[in-house]
Amino acid sequence: MWTFILEHAGYWAIIALMMISLYIAFSAENLIKRLVGLSLFQTTICLFYVTLGKITGGTAPVLLPADMPEHSAGHDASGAAVDGHLVAGGGERVADLVQLYSNPLPHVLMLTAIVVGVATLSVGLALIVRIREAYGTIEADDVRAIDIETALAQEAKLENDLKEATA
Amino acid sequence: MTPEMLIAATICLPVITAAGIAAAGKFPNLREGITLIGAFGLFAVVIQLTLLVAGGARPELYIGETVPGLAFAFKLEPLGALFAVVASGLWIVNSFYSIGYMRGNRERNQTRFYICFALALCGAMGVAMAGNLFTLFVFYEVLTLSTYPLVAHKGDAAAQRGARIYLLTLLGTSIGFLLTAIMWTWVLAGQNLDFVEGGLLANANLSPVVSSALLLLFVFGVGKAALMPFHFWLPNAMVAPTPVSALLHAVAVVKAGVFAVMKISVYIFGDELLYATPSREFLMGVACVTIVLASLIAMTKDNLKARLAYSTIAQLAYVTLGAMLADRAGVLGGSLQIAAHAVGKMTLFMCAGAIYVATGLTNISDMKGLGRKMPLVFIAFFIAALSIIGIPPLAGDWPKYELMQGAIDAKYDWVPMVLIVSSMLNIAYLLPIPILALMPPPGTKPPKEFKRPGGAPWLTVAAPLFTAALCFVLFFTVDNIADFLAPAFTSVDIDPEVNLP
Amino acid sequence: MILETLLVSAPDWAVRHSTVLTPIVPLIVAPVLAMSPSGRLAWLLSIATTAASLYFALLTLAIVQSTTGGVISYHIGNWAPPVGIEFRVDSLNAMILLIVTAMGFLASIFSWPTIVAEISKEKAGLFLCAFLLCFAGLCGVTTTGDAFNLFVFLEISSLSTYVLVAMGSGRDRRALPAAFDYLIMGTLGASFYIIGVGFLYAATGTLNMADIAAQLPALAGNRSVQVGFAFIIVGLGLKAAMWPLHQWLPNAYAYSPSFVTMFLAATATKVALYALIRWLFTIFQPDFAFEQVLFSWVLAPLGIAAMVICSFQAVFQTDIRRMLAYSSVAQVGYMILGISLATAAGVSAGLLHLFNHALMKGALFMAVAGVCLNIQGTTLRDFAGLGRTAPFTMTAFAIAGLSLIGVPLTAGFISKLQLGYALFEHGWWWAVLLVVFSSFLAVFYIGRVLQAIFFLPPANPSKHRKEAPLLLLVPLWALALANIYFGIDASFPAGLARDGAVAALGLEAFR
Repeated sequence: MWTFILEHAGYWAIIALMMISLYIAFSAENLIKRLVGLSLFQTTICLFYVTLGKITGGTAPVLLPADMPEHSAGHDASGAAVDGHLVAGGGERVADLVQLYSNPLPHVLMLTAIVVGVATLSVGLALIVRIREAYGTIEADDVRAIDIETALAQEAKLENDLKEATA
Repeated sequence: MTPEMLIAATICLPVITAAGIAAAGKFPNLREGITLIGAFGLFAVVIQLTLLVAGGARPELYIGETVPGLAFAFKLEPLGALFAVVASGLWIVNSFYSIGYMRGNRERNQTRFYICFALALCGAMGVAMAGNLFTLFVFYEVLTLSTYPLVAHKGDAAAQRGARIYLLTLLGTSIGFLLTAIMWTWVLAGQNLDFVEGGLLANANLSPVVSSALLLLFVFGVGKAALMPFHFWLPNAMVAPTPVSALLHAVAVVKAGVFAVMKISVYIFGDELLYATPSREFLMGVACVTIVLASLIAMTKDNLKARLAYSTIAQLAYVTLGAMLADRAGVLGGSLQIAAHAVGKMTLFMCAGAIYVATGLTNISDMKGLGRKMPLVFIAFFIAALSIIGIPPLAGDWPKYELMQGAIDAKYDWVPMVLIVSSMLNIAYLLPIPILALMPPPGTKPPKEFKRPGGAPWLTVAAPLFTAALCFVLFFTVDNIADFLAPAFTSVDIDPEVNLP
Repeated sequence: MILETLLVSAPDWAVRHSTVLTPIVPLIVAPVLAMSPSGRLAWLLSIATTAASLYFALLTLAIVQSTTGGVISYHIGNWAPPVGIEFRVDSLNAMILLIVTAMGFLASIFSWPTIVAEISKEKAGLFLCAFLLCFAGLCGVTTTGDAFNLFVFLEISSLSTYVLVAMGSGRDRRALPAAFDYLIMGTLGASFYIIGVGFLYAATGTLNMADIAAQLPALAGNRSVQVGFAFIIVGLGLKAAMWPLHQWLPNAYAYSPSFVTMFLAATATKVALYALIRWLFTIFQPDFAFEQVLFSWVLAPLGIAAMVICSFQAVFQTDIRRMLAYSSVAQVGYMILGISLATAAGVSAGLLHLFNHALMKGALFMAVAGVCLNIQGTTLRDFAGLGRTAPFTMTAFAIAGLSLIGVPLTAGFISKLQLGYALFEHGWWWAVLLVVFSSFLAVFYIGRVLQAIFFLPPANPSKHRKEAPLLLLVPLWALALANIYFGIDASFPAGLARDGAVAALGLEAFR
């Protein structure tokens, strides 16, 4: 039990972070804070993926000379469809390697996710700037209150127009 | 022309007529001319088809499937032919009447009126000739939607409200119950919706619970049959101009409803299954309650059209009752009622319209002594009222006779009692109107001058007189009609003899 | 027929690369548009681009239909899957691709008058750039066969959607908070999806959908597979506006530029729903033990709740666009209900409804856009009496509205009937009653509008009101007539839906 919890300490931390950031994204009234929560959430996903890619004792995923010559021959024999010596993804082929490598794929994926995150953040911030220009506030509840006010005012104006038109 | 082309013509002619009316909208005389040509053409085609059916043929037209299992198919059999003849024939009469009424009343939007009328006829023809439940449903809805603008024709708040209730009730029941029933049938019958002689579901081995539920869904789903408690759309639809009430709400729409009930009970259920379905007797009870209650409500109505509307509800329940009796005399009685009631009730409505055009009166209490000024109209009214009551030698006599016969044969002794009570109530709410108009009690104020100089337009008087004469004709030709219908009930063999004296 | 001639006449390179060209062409053209000196030029370019995509989508469909097995597998950069990124199209996504590109094409045609009226000519290039990015993203989601690639395309389309929605601020500043809320919710949805993919990757070690599917049966009962599944369903459900994850949708639809509303309503939720179907059926198989429970007792109630509750909400809206937005959520409920049956009939009914819903909502929102152009308002009051002054626009609105209700001879009727059949076959007669009840509610909310249009006098006669411009009327009527045509002869969409369902449940197609 304890060993299970401790072995997965990284994951627990990620889950805790995730919950915290999700809570911020939902509950904060300040729009910037919500965006911060969202960014934090995306960052925890990156952490999650990177943790997945980590293999205990593994080194950086660049093929070392020890692995190069003999294994290219082995791959052709096993009938891999691609010219395979650059490929170190599938299960049994990893077992053939002398050196232990970390899985590079999650890192690559997260590079993309980081780009997406940055784009989201910038769009969000741009929106906040525009909201601030239009409403003069970046508090969600204030924005809502202003919206309701304007809606009521519009309604009243429409009624007025109607009366004038019919009169 | 081949039978296929004839059937296609019955569907297309009203649509072409509608297009022609729309194109000729600026020229009233041309527009009405097109309506009349369309009406006569349609009637001619329907008569040709009917002769084919009388010769034993079953004209069919298969257009194609929308998706597998949902085919547009038409097949004419005697029941449908009867309905088609009644609807298309009375369209001619009604077109003449409409011309007099709409012009005499200076109604607005007459072009829209005639277009929707032609489209409604297309719906009625489609219902009459449908070869499967899907086609029936499609044209049933065409009929609903095309009559909505007619009901809302006046455009004032009352018309809006009436039209809304009309549409919501009919769409609601048809989507809510009828469509559900159709989908269920499709699954129960093994992905088939065709009308089959002897009943589509006859061999489906339905449990009594399933067949009961299905029958209830079907009968209440056909809201146009105006069975209580889904009858209230009909009085509300009376805000429509009188020609609409006359043709649609005495003939095409309501008859499409009861005809659909009839067709479903004969060709979907079949006599054996229907006979074994427990909810059948419940529905007979509902029909009887409708007959009596609607007649009682009719007595309380002072507005002439409202009284006629409740009378229609009561008379329509006869057809449902006949269908639910599930024996030969019952089904025959119900079918005859479709024709007999159409002629009679249409006359009554057209008289009401003529009175309204001439005097602007809608309340019965104001019509005392009016018969002196418009004798022909009230004589037609009198004849039609007698027919509805069921007095020989008028058309309305036969359906009641057959229904009583059928009920007694099937050992439902209480049904004739209901019919007799209904006839008495008919006398009580229909006959006083012409009698008080023609022979006012002494001391009644003489009626006011006509609102419209010259009284009712002659077309609005001639049309009801013509249909009143038809009531006599139908009485004497009933033998032929029964012979014509007989093949439709070959499977209904509980009582093999045609009981005509 | 047409498809075959298309296939025969197509050049060789187009046939070979059609799958990938569909998303790539708009993706490449989009930045060009941003730099375009004239708005009108950008508009014409966007039409050409969407037309090209439509052409490639049709070609893809033709190829899928003509090959045995019905699968196109395209390897990006000739890297074979599961290592390389694969674009994989079968009957299911070929159908969705056709919907997306066709609606994108029609939308881009009518975009010009609305851009002029609601945004500004100067911003047209940038606006259309965002539109094409969104379009490319949606096409990409539809064609890709790689779980992570799907996320990337999803984010491409979502990010540009936020921008597009926010562009509505010129007309109504409420578009800004709506876009922001959408951004938060949408990003959370995509993040949930990517977490789920992470869990699956942890369990299977692959990102290729077909490969994941092949490995899953061996992993039955694996906890991280189950967790990943849950995350993916929630994430995609959020994007597809599955009840109760739909809160972002009504505001986003109500305040965005009318062109954007039309495009999103016809495509965005459809694509997310496609991804949901793909995950539910081809990647996780329906006989996956705990998924069975999910189908019957999670998805079906959600679908039904959407149908009934959101139809009710639609009845009480005064703004037509909000009303239609709630109705969209309700219609998604129909599709979810069909899918939740997990039978061929159910899924095909759901897909058919998806197709038809794109047609009717596209037409409805386009008609609303026409009204918006002239009257700057979309409340019920603004619609009153429009039947007289704008008969063509409003007749098309009426046709699409009737289709939404499910009146016979319209497309909506066919798909509801199919759904009813499927439900009855499954023995869920009570669900049929609820479907029917929801349709009845549609009679109310559409009927209310139609009555205002055709039977009420204009509320404010001094307001300027006239027919929508021709550029809008042509695509609008194309959609309205399609609604009628596919209600009478539904063999084409029904065939697509059937093939799609077979491919989804299918059995050989995706492995």
